[in-house]
Amino acid sequence: MTLSIEDAAPRGQAAARRPDLRRMLAAPGAAALLAILGTVALWELAARVLGIPGYLLPAPSAIFATFPSIGAARWGSHVWATLRVALTGFGLAIAIAVPLAVALVRSPVLNRTLYPLLVIVQSTPVVAIAPIIIVVLGAGDAPRIVITTLICFFPLVVSTATGLAATPPELIELSKSLRAPPIREITQIRLPFAVPYIFSALKISVTLSVIGAVVAEFCASDAGVGYFIQFSTSMFKLPQAWAGLFVLAAMSLALFQAVVLAQRLLFPWSLPRKP
Amino acid sequence: MQPPPAIRFDRLGQVFETRSGRVEALRNVSFEVARHEFLAVLGPSGCGKSTLLRMIAGLLQPSSGAVEVFGRRVTGPREDIGIVFQKPTLLPWATVEENVTFPLRHKRGRAGRPDRERAQALLRMVGLEGFGKRLPDELSGGMQQRVGIARALLMDPDILLMDEPFSALDALTREEMGFDLLRIFGERPKTVVFITHSVSEAALLADRVLVMTGRPGRVMTELPVPVARPRGRETIEDPAVTGLAAQLRNLLLQREAA
Repeated sequence: MTLSIEDAAPRGQAAARRPDLRRMLAAPGAAALLAILGTVALWELAARVLGIPGYLLPAPSAIFATFPSIGAARWGSHVWATLRVALTGFGLAIAIAVPLAVALVRSPVLNRTLYPLLVIVQSTPVVAIAPIIIVVLGAGDAPRIVITTLICFFPLVVSTATGLAATPPELIELSKSLRAPPIREITQIRLPFAVPYIFSALKISVTLSVIGAVVAEFCASDAGVGYFIQFSTSMFKLPQAWAGLFVLAAMSLALFQAVVLAQRLLFPWSLPRKP
Repeated sequence: MQPPPAIRFDRLGQVFETRSGRVEALRNVSFEVARHEFLAVLGPSGCGKSTLLRMIAGLLQPSSGAVEVFGRRVTGPREDIGIVFQKPTLLPWATVEENVTFPLRHKRGRAGRPDRERAQALLRMVGLEGFGKRLPDELSGGMQQRVGIARALLMDPDILLMDEPFSALDALTREEMGFDLLRIFGERPKTVVFITHSVSEAALLADRVLVMTGRPGRVMTELPVPVARPRGRETIEDPAVTGLAAQLRNLLLQREAA
């Protein structure tokens, strides 16, 4: 798994001949992995040497020790609760954002009326709306999914609309001169041209979806990694809260990589060409 | 009765309303293009050459005057016209063959076997046999523009509009493409309106050269190219061609100096 969007630096000829540090670092993800391990090691060292109290900043060893004590089943149920909400909210955001972007590009009237509304919705802090949504929609996944969708969908609408509008005007003229059905201008020209834009927004939105799910769990829930962190801090179990944080970070990273992989597999032409 | 010309501009004027006020792009433009004639249009940047093409294609309506194609006034987009743009503007996700069949797929939804065979024949004609399965990204700029030409020829249009099609290419490729066009239109005559900045390209390819003035664009003069067809590589050395090119260059330079 690579940790950077672009693969690591190209290998020189000299580097290819003998295995040295530079070459090992050039392997995909190796440098990033090393940086992470180094940070954790420094952290552990600092915690021990400086004697930082566990309630301020627990040592990595103390954090990792909580993983087995919680147990796979409990982790699994919390991760699933968060993942379920994040992915449903993310999916819903895509399902709303893409047609909405098409409508905004097709209709100048909608663009002038709906776009300001979208900006207002986006400008309102989701954290502030979350409690209201939960009161309105009650218990269960529904309010959490709505909160997640709200936080995810704006970058998707804006990027998709930008991509749809960035289509070469020549192709739009070609479409007009062919007198083709207008829907094909969207499906055969504009949407495919928007794919790189959509994917850069998907990468942002998928990590936002985890944030959305956690915000919702902070407001009201009885499961999920966000809930687990809140519950742990209320019991002053700091290492346990940190463990939850690590799990969230890993989830975000995995989802981000899934989007990167999806683009690479489904739309390889949309990636910047490698020299 | 004589058949109507392929294209006829009748005292055409075009005014654009922009934020900074009215811009007169074209004024009192009148000319005709005969069937299977190759007309090159030469003129300074911003003289409304591309606007002329858009009006023939029916993508833009003139402010005054009229454009007629085969005796009928143009009121909307016409399908019997092929367009080659300045940039190839291919679909980066589609193969070369899919790019050539694109107009049909776009119009009808799908391309059948005969359409693909036709695309193959066109690719052979533009010198891209065997490249059908490649992606545009894997082709050079000149090859991409050849795909653009094949795409414009797919519907077998009577009229082909070319908007500075070779201006993005290097000098040698550009010359090569010129010779290829001579061969292609030799095999399959078309009515062509070819916009260019290159006086030698105009003199080599066209039957007639229309020289336009700067904004507002007007017809300065029309010059026939006194060289018989078929033309080939040696034509570029023909004194009639080089003489005309020099004459055209002087016309354009004079204009700029004035």
